Amino acid sequence: MPTFVYMTRCDGCGQCVDICPSDIMHIDKTLRRAYNIEPNMCWECYSCVKACPHQAIDVRGYADFAPLGHSVRVLRDEEKGTIAWRIKFRNGKKDFDLLAPITTKPWGTGIPQLADEPAPADSMRNSHLLYNEPKYIQLDKDGKDSLHTLESNGLTLKEGVYY
Amino acid sequence: MAYKTIIEDNIDVLIAGAGLGGTGAAFEARYWGKDKKIVIAEKANIDRSGAVAQGLYAINCYMGTRFGENNPEDHVRYARMDLMGMVREDLAFDMARHVDSAVHQFEDWGLPIMKDEKTGTYLREGRWQIMIHGESYKPIVAEAAKKSADKVFNRICVTHMLMDDAKENRVAGAVGFNVRTGNYHVFKAKTVIVGAGGASNIFKPRSVGEGAGRVWYAPWSSGSAYGLMIDAGAKMTQMENRIVLARFKDGYGPVGAYFLHLKTYTQNGIGEEYESKWFPALTEMVGKEYLDTENQHLSHKPIPTCLRNHAFINEVNAGRGPIHMVTMEAFQDPHLEEIGWHNFLGMTVGQAVLWAATDVDPKYENPELTTSEPYVMGSHATGCGAWCSGPEDVSPDEYFWGYNRMTTVEGMFGAGDAVGGTPHAFSSGSFTEGRLAAKAACQYIDDGKAEGIRVDQKQIDELKAKIYKPMETYTVYRNEIVAGDVNPNYINPRQGLDRLQKLMDEYCAGFGVNYMTNEKLLQIGLKKMGVFGEDLENIAAQDVHELLRAWELKHRFLTSEAVFQHTLFRKETRWPGYYYRGDAMKLDDENWHVLTVSRRDPKTGEYTMEKAPCYHLVGDEEEKQAAS
Repeated sequence: MPTFVYMTRCDGCGQCVDICPSDIMHIDKTLRRAYNIEPNMCWECYSCVKACPHQAIDVRGYADFAPLGHSVRVLRDEEKGTIAWRIKFRNGKKDFDLLAPITTKPWGTGIPQLADEPAPADSMRNSHLLYNEPKYIQLDKDGKDSLHTLESNGLTLKEGVYY
Repeated sequence: MAYKTIIEDNIDVLIAGAGLGGTGAAFEARYWGKDKKIVIAEKANIDRSGAVAQGLYAINCYMGTRFGENNPEDHVRYARMDLMGMVREDLAFDMARHVDSAVHQFEDWGLPIMKDEKTGTYLREGRWQIMIHGESYKPIVAEAAKKSADKVFNRICVTHMLMDDAKENRVAGAVGFNVRTGNYHVFKAKTVIVGAGGASNIFKPRSVGEGAGRVWYAPWSSGSAYGLMIDAGAKMTQMENRIVLARFKDGYGPVGAYFLHLKTYTQNGIGEEYESKWFPALTEMVGKEYLDTENQHLSHKPIPTCLRNHAFINEVNAGRGPIHMVTMEAFQDPHLEEIGWHNFLGMTVGQAVLWAATDVDPKYENPELTTSEPYVMGSHATGCGAWCSGPEDVSPDEYFWGYNRMTTVEGMFGAGDAVGGTPHAFSSGSFTEGRLAAKAACQYIDDGKAEGIRVDQKQIDELKAKIYKPMETYTVYRNEIVAGDVNPNYINPRQGLDRLQKLMDEYCAGFGVNYMTNEKLLQIGLKKMGVFGEDLENIAAQDVHELLRAWELKHRFLTSEAVFQHTLFRKETRWPGYYYRGDAMKLDDENWHVLTVSRRDPKTGEYTMEKAPCYHLVGDEEEKQAAS
């Protein structure tokens, strides 16, 4: 559903231009406001709608199959860690809100700075383990502390039709 | 127009494209390469790029090994069954034994993963799928990548690999241009991890006009993973294995949670179950090993995705469409109804918009389904991509050449859609492959394999001229006409894309011909592709944005050419429901239980095709079956 921009709400800040994955939100040089330059390359992903600080961007369903008169609006709040939706049907019979979490932690705080982690030992380098394994797979429960291998799982690789 | 040349030198690990695969690579590379220079070049903004830009409501690849749910080989068996045997099982096993660590990490990073309150395990949607509130999945993994990378170059469309002038078939970095400033960017790197995407929009889509962007896979997935690697001379595998999706009509909203969690099911236009009646004839086509309807319920094997498509397509052709998803039962439960809507909002908002626009309330009306146009990618229920080395402790000799996930071009690695033969990786598996590639790339550098790389100025200049040629073409010929887009000297990127889509649809088994092709059609198609390739030399771009579209089209073209070559090579119908070779309508294990491998000579453009052995993991289960 291609996006469009309300003239009176857009101040040309460019947040949508910055985020659009398809490179189709551009600033109109005369009006100094954003608009969708290529609706047929729009995935209605709502990235720009969510990023707009003025709720100036909305979506009107694709003209080839979506009738007019509907609305799906969104407010994404990183501080609260939530996303709120409101869906309105064309016939007005359905109008409802939905709320979902977008994160369980204050934004970005749960991610380690790997440069500050102790360097991997040679034994780790020479193994097939990745960072923080086997902790995350918890294969160390039985004291083996290793990854699954063909041998550990009683497997061989054979050519032919096996099914 | 004098665009600047900006050179980024001394890069150790360059990540070309940072979706789930690329972000995994960037994050992990820092751990194995503390003092290495890690750089990301991304076409969009990594906070919202790649196939997961919009979010996801499920992680479709999670073993749950710590909860005793599945072992890696169980997942390999599932992928093998779903792909009619054609999987690189070494790579798939390797991905599966690591994937849980990626998922548990995501949870630590703040991704909301739903829990089963009774057992404390992750809430299962199906045997492999867990449910998440993944609206911010991509921003979260992007944050991790940003913490690890030295530099992130957003809005750089990478167009070509830079090749070593000192040693044949060794990568030396990549080049591209900034889609906003137009500047030419040269990345000189010891290794490159290709994290770019698969291909949407190479087959004519069902939607028309404004709706052409409503494709199942993201419209910005321009086949660049394949375009970049094919152009560098890498071997590719399973490029014929395009995928067709049965999805909600027009919006292409996901059906996984509906089938698995909401327990909805399909029926034909007159309210009947239709799948099973197509299965006896289908068993004739593919053999009992692949579809044994009588014993299917005993073996608990799910029906392969392509075969379910086959039943769908045939039922519609028999005049008993449309196929409906029966939602009216499940949606009576308000909790399930809410999940149904959240599912769309979390990953395909457009489907919610469409139902709001057409007043479809699935509580009172069963929505229509459709089969999509084909897509070429390597992380969903299909395994197109580069022929990559597997890990030392798993792979047989034919699958191993030193570094995990390295392509046949030295120093060039892959992750996600880029790696061939690893279907069912999805988001978490792609991220995992990125991590595996990053570790291997660091090892490659530490082993001294990237010593003595030389890039001559000549190569840098030639690539620059090549990149900007479409703008040059526009400038030279634009004023020959009064106005408009009709010019006898060039075509623009949109016109080129339309031509590609029509060609692929009609000759390479698109929806418009009911997914049917044959040798004759493929040969005509290839001839037309050859001429189209010549015309692509005369593509015109009036600005930098069009230049982006021009290069996306060129990547889509290279991808499509490989699809043609592979489809022509495999003389059988391996995946009925994905596509049909009308001149070889049966699955033929005697001749074609092999992986197809191609290489396009970068100098001549000539293709060579070969068969590679298909190895399977054999354990007790297989031994038992072979004995019976």
